[in-house]
Amino acid sequence: MSVNEISSWIVGIIVLIGAILSLVSAVGLVRLPDIYTRSHAATKAATLSVMLVLLGTFLFFAVIEDLVSARILLGIVFVFITAPVGGHLISRAAYHSGVSLWDRSTQDQLHAKKKKHGSS
Amino acid sequence: MKTNDVILQTMTNVVLFIVLIFSIFIFFNGHHEPGGGFIGGLMTSSALVLLLLSYDLETVKKVLPIDFKIVTAIGLLVAVGTGMGSFLFDAPFLSQTYDYFTFPVLGELELATALLFDIGVYLVVIGITLTIIQTIGEDK
Repeated sequence: MSVNEISSWIVGIIVLIGAILSLVSAVGLVRLPDIYTRSHAATKAATLSVMLVLLGTFLFFAVIEDLVSARILLGIVFVFITAPVGGHLISRAAYHSGVSLWDRSTQDQLHAKKKKHGSS
Repeated sequence: MKTNDVILQTMTNVVLFIVLIFSIFIFFNGHHEPGGGFIGGLMTSSALVLLLLSYDLETVKKVLPIDFKIVTAIGLLVAVGTGMGSFLFDAPFLSQTYDYFTFPVLGELELATALLFDIGVYLVVIGITLTIIQTIGEDK
């Protein structure tokens, strides 16, 4: 097999894994019981899936079309930095506005701490 | 309980520079590829809005002591000035030209006078967006 053929296989596999992970995170959003487990699914799987699709795009243009795009690399870094912070902020805002946990969850250490400090 | 924004603020300190550099790249890229003054200005002002979200209004005013209404005025002056500049060469209003120049480090570059007009658009977009957001965001 030539280099082009091998690299197009690799690109195809990477993009397919990214798309499947994105589907998995969408299924998680529908199936999981409360906002914290949902943000767990949405943040991690979706971030990795977007990064894999961007990596596949970068490899496609770099190897097959001979065009190295620094914008895609910057996009990978940007998504990797910002998406988990977005998930953190959404879960924290939900907790502070009093969204209850799933009724079968057992640990809530922040609750005791909030009781002790009183307000908000 | 006092809120603790250290994760958001640390992320902002890193991401702000990525967004600012990318907006300047988009701004200079606008002549031959998608981009230009409008989207570059919007992206710069979105970086400043991110700064406003993670810090408060007083801190941002201390870091950037700029009156954005004046930025809008300067941008309009630049845009009108490049239009009037074509009168100096006996050309109609807003006519433009380009030429190739060689620089010591960067090599040969194509410089167009449309870039000067784009700087005006860029400044107007930043000024108007941030004026609107700061006016709405103030308590009084």
